[in-house]
Amino acid sequence: MTTGYVNSVESFGSVDGPGVRYIFFLQGCHMRCRYCHNPETWSLKGGEGMTAREALDKALRYRNYWGDKGGITVSGGEALLQIDFVTELFELAKAEGINTALDTAGNPFTTQEPFFSKFKRLMKVTDLVILDIKQMNPDEHKALTGWTNENILEMARWCSDHGVDLWIRKVLVPGLTDSDEELKALRDFVAGLKSVKRFEVLPYHTLGLAKWKKLGIPYTLEGVKPPTKEEIERAEKILETNKYDGFRK
Amino acid sequence: MQTKEQWETFKGRLWKEEVNVRDFIQNNYTPYDGDESFLEGPTEATNTLWGKLKELQKEERAKGGVLDMDTDIVSGITSHKPGYIDEATKDLEKVVGLQTDKPLKRAFMPYGGIKMAEEACQTYGYTPNPELHKIFTEYHKTHNQAVFDAYTPEMRSVRHNHIITGLPDTYGRGRIVGDYRRVALYGIDYLISQKQEDLANCGDGTMTDDVIRLREEIADQIKALKAMKVMAASYGYDISQPARDAKEAVQWLYFGYLAAIKTQNGAAMSVGRVSTFLDIYISRDLKAGKITEKEAQELIDHLVMKFRMVKFARIPSYNQLFSGDPVWATLEVAGKGSDGRSMVTKNDFRFLHTLENMGPSPEPNLTVLYSSSLPENFKKYAAKISVDTSSIQYENDDVMRPIWGDDYSICCCVSATQTGKEMQFFGARANLAKCLLYAVNGGVDVLTKQQCGPAYRPITSEYLDYDEVIEKYKKMLDWLAGLYVNTLNLIQYMHDKYYYEAAEMALIDTDVRRTFATGIAGFSHVVDSLSAIKYAKVKTIRDENGLVVDYETEGDFPRYGNDDDRADDIAVWLLHEFIKDVKKHHTYRDSEPTTSILTITSNVVYGKRTGAMPDGRKAGEPLSPGANPAYGAEKSGLLASLNSVAKLPYEWALDGISNTQTMNPDALGHDEAERVENLTHVLDGYFDQGAHHLNVNVFGKEKLLDAMAHPEKEEYANFTIRVSGYAVKFIDLTKEQQMDVISRTFHDHM
Repeated sequence: MTTGYVNSVESFGSVDGPGVRYIFFLQGCHMRCRYCHNPETWSLKGGEGMTAREALDKALRYRNYWGDKGGITVSGGEALLQIDFVTELFELAKAEGINTALDTAGNPFTTQEPFFSKFKRLMKVTDLVILDIKQMNPDEHKALTGWTNENILEMARWCSDHGVDLWIRKVLVPGLTDSDEELKALRDFVAGLKSVKRFEVLPYHTLGLAKWKKLGIPYTLEGVKPPTKEEIERAEKILETNKYDGFRK
Repeated sequence: MQTKEQWETFKGRLWKEEVNVRDFIQNNYTPYDGDESFLEGPTEATNTLWGKLKELQKEERAKGGVLDMDTDIVSGITSHKPGYIDEATKDLEKVVGLQTDKPLKRAFMPYGGIKMAEEACQTYGYTPNPELHKIFTEYHKTHNQAVFDAYTPEMRSVRHNHIITGLPDTYGRGRIVGDYRRVALYGIDYLISQKQEDLANCGDGTMTDDVIRLREEIADQIKALKAMKVMAASYGYDISQPARDAKEAVQWLYFGYLAAIKTQNGAAMSVGRVSTFLDIYISRDLKAGKITEKEAQELIDHLVMKFRMVKFARIPSYNQLFSGDPVWATLEVAGKGSDGRSMVTKNDFRFLHTLENMGPSPEPNLTVLYSSSLPENFKKYAAKISVDTSSIQYENDDVMRPIWGDDYSICCCVSATQTGKEMQFFGARANLAKCLLYAVNGGVDVLTKQQCGPAYRPITSEYLDYDEVIEKYKKMLDWLAGLYVNTLNLIQYMHDKYYYEAAEMALIDTDVRRTFATGIAGFSHVVDSLSAIKYAKVKTIRDENGLVVDYETEGDFPRYGNDDDRADDIAVWLLHEFIKDVKKHHTYRDSEPTTSILTITSNVVYGKRTGAMPDGRKAGEPLSPGANPAYGAEKSGLLASLNSVAKLPYEWALDGISNTQTMNPDALGHDEAERVENLTHVLDGYFDQGAHHLNVNVFGKEKLLDAMAHPEKEEYANFTIRVSGYAVKFIDLTKEQQMDVISRTFHDHM
């Protein structure tokens, strides 16, 4: 069995997938999003090592809270960097009838081997992919995260084509990710996907700021304020997020 | 079998042969599994009366917390002439009766202690009649005086050093729930006749202490029943016979409760399990077309309004312990019958709906007797009310029903008591955290430097050894439990003798079951400290006399609140050890000893009197409340914390295991529908593991900070939060307690 490296867990996740969920935050991420609120998960080293079986046993302590919708979510860091571990975990979970959700930014996605076969195997046991689309414009995406986004959009399309349920998320940073052009491009892209069950705006918040300071990394969004209620509503209107109500079923 | 015209259409036999309200309920209630769509909004009358009351509450706050006080009349069942919310609108009041002649005016109640009654007056600028001082010092002894006459020096010392604290020796013990439903179902005359029969059959003629005492008590109960009739008559009602309709049933029941709160200022004056009972009357009237749903809701709204008005004159030291003027007018809804039927009726919705019709309120202390198998519609409605108002608490009917049956009431914050069949001797709590420090220091109190506990050999090593600490702690716990139980024996004896609860006991079976409630404070800090000693290295820091005054803990250790058995096993052990020690000792009137893990808001005061602990808690910092894990100990979120608390066996703490949790709305779900659904899953998952109690708060820290900074804002006037054991208006807490609430764990993972 593969050893997974877990940064932390949350026993009561209620917004990262349907119902009440146990969330694993895995260690490691290549992206360097300027607004990241979990910079402590960037490093590929560290985290508590555990096998998929051990991880699932931890989660199963909470099964009685999950009802008929809840389950487990693997988040990060970037969960796909530990795809072998996640796959083993989800395969064990599905064998016990547990709902699985993958919360990812898609950065490791590629149709190259050996990743692509692994990914397809993972998708067989994944009930929901929660995909962050940081920015549609590839240059701006690179400026924001250090990476381009072609493969991320490709992953979204792959999921759409293969009937994998998607929740699409957009982090709204005033003045950075909320231009009309950007939002319209995202709206059009998401409209072209067939399996989107929920489309939500995550307002930028400054709760992660203390962590940057603690880690001694310069924070480049100093002074940027979280979006106002009006700014959020404007974005939701442009994105037409309320069209995507499949999650209610 | 007697028949009465007022009982027309009511089914069943046994309850007609004897006083047996439970049998009446089980034979006549109609379970309801529909949703809340039938509910009606407030009537004009409700809005008018509640509007006036809100004005009075504002005035009360502006005057420093007390609107008016009686300084001349000793409160009794018939001591005051009738009072109304407002004379001008008294015809709007569907339920009448006040504690005194004016709304929110506090009665003078000296039997618990004349000093305290006077101090309460003086605190708020009132001067009690000097004649009363003379009467209650020269001619009549009070409970407080009697207790202090009899205390041993050792009892005074543990009290002074606050290792046993909050004792009901300066205030009424409360926690006795009269079966107020009996007044409605049977009328006073029948209840008197039953008590007279009990008096005639009390003893075989041999006058032992027990028989003499009981005979006197029954005689007092009969007097109280007769006085209830007189009081009701002053409001224009004859309650000698059973209530004939819903309006009378509500009124009769309330008169019973009113008699209790006119004669006793107990810390907790609970209403009990009245909802399903009253639904039977309302259903009958609705079916017969005598009232509409609107009128039914109005009755419940007005009854609840009365419970929101209950007030007692308190002294500052009491307010520090139990902040925010609580009276624990605890009232239960839901639960299940022993036959497996849900006891949720439409009336259970109506009681919760009062929080929508009249806004949030700490009183009555609305309690949902929860089971995951309650009707889904009701569970969702209760969760919705929690999300919207943070005003209700949940207790696990599935663990209480096997022990207390299906007609128990909650007699205070969380403690169950069989309605009409049982009374409780309330006994505050022992500070087990301090006790651990005594074990280390050989009975010397680190704050007062007094030799308060027995002078057992102290620990002399630099680093603490787990086995040595446990051995010494066990001995110290045993000493503490024994002294604690005996202090309570003395207090309860005197309370029976000088401040007997005749009105409540008149509505309870003469052959009464008694429980003897002890309590634990400092629970999580003992657990974490022992875990630190076991799994990390704890170095002692001594003062010039060799007394350990602080600890340095090196390395990590598991903490209670993370679903980690290494720490949670210590928690289970600690509870077991303490209740075993308590049970060794004789308890007054052959009562059954129980314990609770419940601190109410006294965790702040107890913390002040507790030195530094090996778990990292500094001297003087608040203890975590009830069975809550220590602040900041929870590393894996809400459910891990709940799982830890759920491991504590209710059977070992039959007086209750209190847990208070606050969730940020954004962390509970995207929208109200999701929050409601997720909260019901949390409750199901927690209670299905056998956990006992949960206070649910749904708000963010920002709201508390804003309410603290701007208490004058209209939106905060009735902003209610749940604290350990009750609900309180946040702005009525002391600054210290507000800070304590704010520093607690908010489950708001983003």
